[in-house]
Amino acid sequence: MKEYLALFRVRFITSLQYRAAALAGIATQFAWGFMELLAFSAFYKVNPGAFPMEFRQVVTYIWIQQAFLAMFMVWFYENEIFAAIQSGAIAYELVRPVDLYNRWFSSSVANRLAKAVLRSMPILIVAFLVPPPLRMSLPPSGGQFALFFLSTFLALGVVVSFNMLVYISTFYTLSPVGARIIAAMLADFLAGSIIPLPFFPAGFRYVAELLPFAAMQNMPLRIYSGHISGTAALYGIGFQIVWLITLVGLGKFLMKHALRRVVVQGG
Amino acid sequence: MIQLQNISKTFRIAKRQAGLGRAVKALFSRDYETVHALRDVSFTIGPGEMVGYIGPNGAGKSTTIKIMCGILTPSSGTCLIHGRIPWQDRLRHVSEIGVVFGQRSQLWWDVPVCDSFELLREVYRVDAKEFRRNLDELVPLLDLSEVLKTPTRSLSLGQRMRCELAASLLHSPQILFLDEPTIGLDAVSKIAVRQFVRKLNQERGTTVILTTHDMQDIEALTRRIILLGKGRILFDGPLDDLKKRFPGAKTITLEYRGNAPSILPGVEILDSRDGRLVLKVQPTRGLVSDLIAHIASQVQILDLSVAGASAEEMVAALYKEYAI
Repeated sequence: MKEYLALFRVRFITSLQYRAAALAGIATQFAWGFMELLAFSAFYKVNPGAFPMEFRQVVTYIWIQQAFLAMFMVWFYENEIFAAIQSGAIAYELVRPVDLYNRWFSSSVANRLAKAVLRSMPILIVAFLVPPPLRMSLPPSGGQFALFFLSTFLALGVVVSFNMLVYISTFYTLSPVGARIIAAMLADFLAGSIIPLPFFPAGFRYVAELLPFAAMQNMPLRIYSGHISGTAALYGIGFQIVWLITLVGLGKFLMKHALRRVVVQGG
Repeated sequence: MIQLQNISKTFRIAKRQAGLGRAVKALFSRDYETVHALRDVSFTIGPGEMVGYIGPNGAGKSTTIKIMCGILTPSSGTCLIHGRIPWQDRLRHVSEIGVVFGQRSQLWWDVPVCDSFELLREVYRVDAKEFRRNLDELVPLLDLSEVLKTPTRSLSLGQRMRCELAASLLHSPQILFLDEPTIGLDAVSKIAVRQFVRKLNQERGTTVILTTHDMQDIEALTRRIILLGKGRILFDGPLDDLKKRFPGAKTITLEYRGNAPSILPGVEILDSRDGRLVLKVQPTRGLVSDLIAHIASQVQILDLSVAGASAEEMVAALYKEYAI
């Protein structure tokens, strides 16, 4: 365990150094967040009763999503991992007495956490200061906040374990840029990154809420905003745990298979 | 103890012809080509041995190293290192070996070298005392005290390679694989690396397996060489035996003042200009001294050197002999 913590630490510290990237990210997330808020507020002005979530909940959903984007977005891949597989630098990773799955998992989590730490504070501060209709609200209760906290980390785990499947696929198809992007777009859409899952049409929503993507940002954001609470929230967390275990198990199995037939590229 | 028996490795590679039409066709049906990277490779390396593993590009050197490191699974054959099959017991195996791939870096790019070392300490679970002892030994030997606080990305290649060597030895491995450790280094750095490896082998008794294209590395470091060509072992034995098989020509280089001298029959001129003459002589008895006397009687010799066949030439001759 200690060695993974050490790898986690070095990745975390390295990621913290990229301040310019963080600033650019914050700017993008403000722009995107405001755009979404304006679009939703236009819809709600027409008919506030026609939607499955209260406007207040949607506003909070969007602000937290933007603040913790780096933890929730599937497309935040670790390019180093793709590069290591494609260039053959993975040879060095394989001569270490470290489980490669755990190693990549911990460095992905570290990278995402470091990015989120840098970016979340300014966004949250602004979100609590803007005038009321667009202002972010506090969670309904302390207990609900604790559930949100737990659910956030489970969501991060599910996102990273899904990323791991994409990394592992690189062993089989060497330049999966296209597949990578499509996987990320689809996953993010089904996770509720464009519109929250409750806005999906009924039948489609029913299916979407069973997929692993619903165990990503969908859960913590709806728990924080109070759209899911009480036993429903506990059920949601159980749902996340089940998918986390499934995806990690699948990833470890595939990794083992991939390493057995691995071809280290480039001499 | 390293034992390889009848190791073969084949790769299936999709062939792609040039051109758009062929590329489109390749979407539907692909031609595969089977490449035999290694055929029937067997050897045994005892503890504390230092072995040069040489051969032209594509001979299968790196493939063998990767099999011995547990990274690649051979198509057939067995390999036992310390009684373990590397690719089946990879995690345990790799904690007892050190590896340097000359063409890649194992140090974390953005962090100071000492942080990379610290991280490797955690990864290999080296206890603090042993780590300190290794570091105290390695830092002066490799002259690292100046660069420890520098991030890897700002190191010169020579500095980096010395750090790579140290990094591969922090967990006191019994076997060290060096895959082209001197590639791209300047003469000074090469010598530093060689001295260090020799010392390591003598003092710690570390088994060293070294691949290189630099025959000076081989001459400076190893008694035994294994020569590989097209995936087969062509020669396995002491470098001196190889030398005996190729008595080879002597090369005489001399600088002189005066007009170009005449030479004796049976001597080949390799180069002649501006008072510098390079001659190739078949070493029949007395010819070398006769030749030098003959030239000295005509011109004033300023400088003179006689060299035997270099290992490089021998290897080139071997390649020719086996038609690789």
